[in-house]
Amino acid sequence: MADHADLTAGVLVIGGGLAGAWAALSAAQHRADVILVDKGYCGTSGVTATAGVGHWYLPPEARAAEVAARTSAGGDLTEPDLMYRTMEVAWQRLPELDQYYPWPVRDGQPNRASSVRGPEYMRVMRARVRRAGVTILDFHPATELLLHGDGSVAGAAGIRLQQGGTWTCRASAVILATGGTAFLSRLLGANNNTADGHLMAAEAGARFSGMEFSCFYTVAAAHSTMTRSFPFMYGTYRDCEGNELPFQTFQSGLPMIASALARGPVTVVLDQMPRRTRERLAHVQPNFLLPLLRKGIDPFEDPFPITLRGEGTIRGTGGVALTGPECQAGVEGLYAAGDVASREPIVGAVSGGGQPNSAWCVASGTWSGQAAARRAAAGLAAGPAGTRTAVTVGAVPRPLTADDIEAIRGTVSRELNDIDKNMLRTGEGMRRSLAVLEDLWTQLAGHATGAADRDGLRTREAAALVAAGRWVLNSAIARQESRGMHHRTDAPDRDPRFTRRITTSGLDTVLTTLAPAGEHQAGERLSRERVAS
Amino acid sequence: MIELVIASRCIDCDRCVRVCPTNVFDAVPGGHPVIARQSDCQTCFMCELYCPADALYVGPDCEQPEPVDEEAILATDWPQQYRRDSGWGKNRDRHPNDVWYMQQMLPEALSIRAGLPRRRAGEGQEPGS
Repeated sequence: MADHADLTAGVLVIGGGLAGAWAALSAAQHRADVILVDKGYCGTSGVTATAGVGHWYLPPEARAAEVAARTSAGGDLTEPDLMYRTMEVAWQRLPELDQYYPWPVRDGQPNRASSVRGPEYMRVMRARVRRAGVTILDFHPATELLLHGDGSVAGAAGIRLQQGGTWTCRASAVILATGGTAFLSRLLGANNNTADGHLMAAEAGARFSGMEFSCFYTVAAAHSTMTRSFPFMYGTYRDCEGNELPFQTFQSGLPMIASALARGPVTVVLDQMPRRTRERLAHVQPNFLLPLLRKGIDPFEDPFPITLRGEGTIRGTGGVALTGPECQAGVEGLYAAGDVASREPIVGAVSGGGQPNSAWCVASGTWSGQAAARRAAAGLAAGPAGTRTAVTVGAVPRPLTADDIEAIRGTVSRELNDIDKNMLRTGEGMRRSLAVLEDLWTQLAGHATGAADRDGLRTREAAALVAAGRWVLNSAIARQESRGMHHRTDAPDRDPRFTRRITTSGLDTVLTTLAPAGEHQAGERLSRERVAS
Repeated sequence: MIELVIASRCIDCDRCVRVCPTNVFDAVPGGHPVIARQSDCQTCFMCELYCPADALYVGPDCEQPEPVDEEAILATDWPQQYRRDSGWGKNRDRHPNDVWYMQQMLPEALSIRAGLPRRRAGEGQEPGS
């Protein structure tokens, strides 16, 4: 059939952002036959491509202090063992970029702790992935996983956006690297991040952890996507009455901005940035000034209105709960790398935005790629994967009208991003949001047969966003305290009874589980034993 | 949102069609690419960065289209701004990658806010490479 591509791979990587690229590279370096599919273009897709990222890149002697600081800041939900392992992989692998990326030089040495420009980094990663022999299929969004009769993963299926038609790919192992989701908040570069991987994982039986930690916000000019935050540190902020807000840091300043925004427009002028930094800014963050200058704003002289963009699970920490040291996703043959996986074990209740998350992409990509390649090698020895019968789960819903889809996407975005709903949380407010999402889920579930085009994809994305929103809200309702970024105005203090993980799972019925206190530390002991053996 | 494919500059390389992460453009056999799905644009400016002919213009508003006058845009440096300041293509030697300076900005901003004597940010630090 001309409009269908029937593919086979040892390892299928879904998503071509930072984690997917490292995962594909790792699998190919371990001699697997790898296909990487991306919803857009591997190189510009994902939130790294539009940003600048540093990595957790610390010499061994500096790591204990970092782990101690992060453990405390993260609300004691982390696993030190995994933090150390993540830092070590970043330390081992970043030198591989030396020959491709122009690190700044410090004391005659490449300074790999420096920020890296996102577009250049992802351009380099695409080239490395291709050179390693990976087949990259751009504009090939995955919409569902294929499973064997025993529940293990057999591959995935999806849509070809540019050629038209559909694809299926049988594979011995599938790595989900579809990113976190910002629930369409217009966070820079995040529109494709619609929790597709979360939905596929849940349909196959995976669970989530830390979804309540999805309430981090970043400043941007109003009507702009430009969530590059550093220049905003130099701002003078004023509320709608012209009173200056006593901004010192983002940590204390964001709640202040949020409550001022609830009263009316808030403006900023970046007048505290010294001249030498202003003159350099276009070469530091070349995209920061684009929307401002095009609006006729001189950001150093003219106060301009701002907004807060929700970061969802991107600079939040929740995601697929991993069940093993090689990023196993709780389903035989399925792995999760990067932001689609929970980063609660490495940063706990606070954001891992920037350095830990980037190092996590390198580490989780490396581990999952290696494990998937090993599984593929074993699978080939056992016989061709194509002889098994794959069953389809999570049928693509029949498209609603384009207007219906837009309305559903808009509703999810508001329920999961509005400051009064998600930043300043209450049990009552979240139960109201959950009721709205339950209603949307029913509407989507009533449309269970599918179309292989843009509208079918948008419908599927809407289902994924609603599902992820329900896991977020169930987790956040269950956490009846405030911890890290999760702030409840009806429970403003930390409660030691909640020094435990909260997991969610399920589609039509969401199951929420409070793990026994201290279980994550017990899990860490297990994983250390497994690694040691 | 994406507003313009500037016909007088476009060289029909279709790179925008290949790199737009939200698949906004369609290639046209024998013609310039067209903006086929403007409402899918996520205002990430990646197409401008990759366009070797400075032939694209993305408006600053991510929430709604803002039709613009092509002549007025051609009188600005906006279509080439991102690629130029990033030092891509022919701009390689004139526009350094100063992303390392981000590390200077946090302590600089904090000390300014605290009213401390300003650190000479950047001094004795990375020259870039």
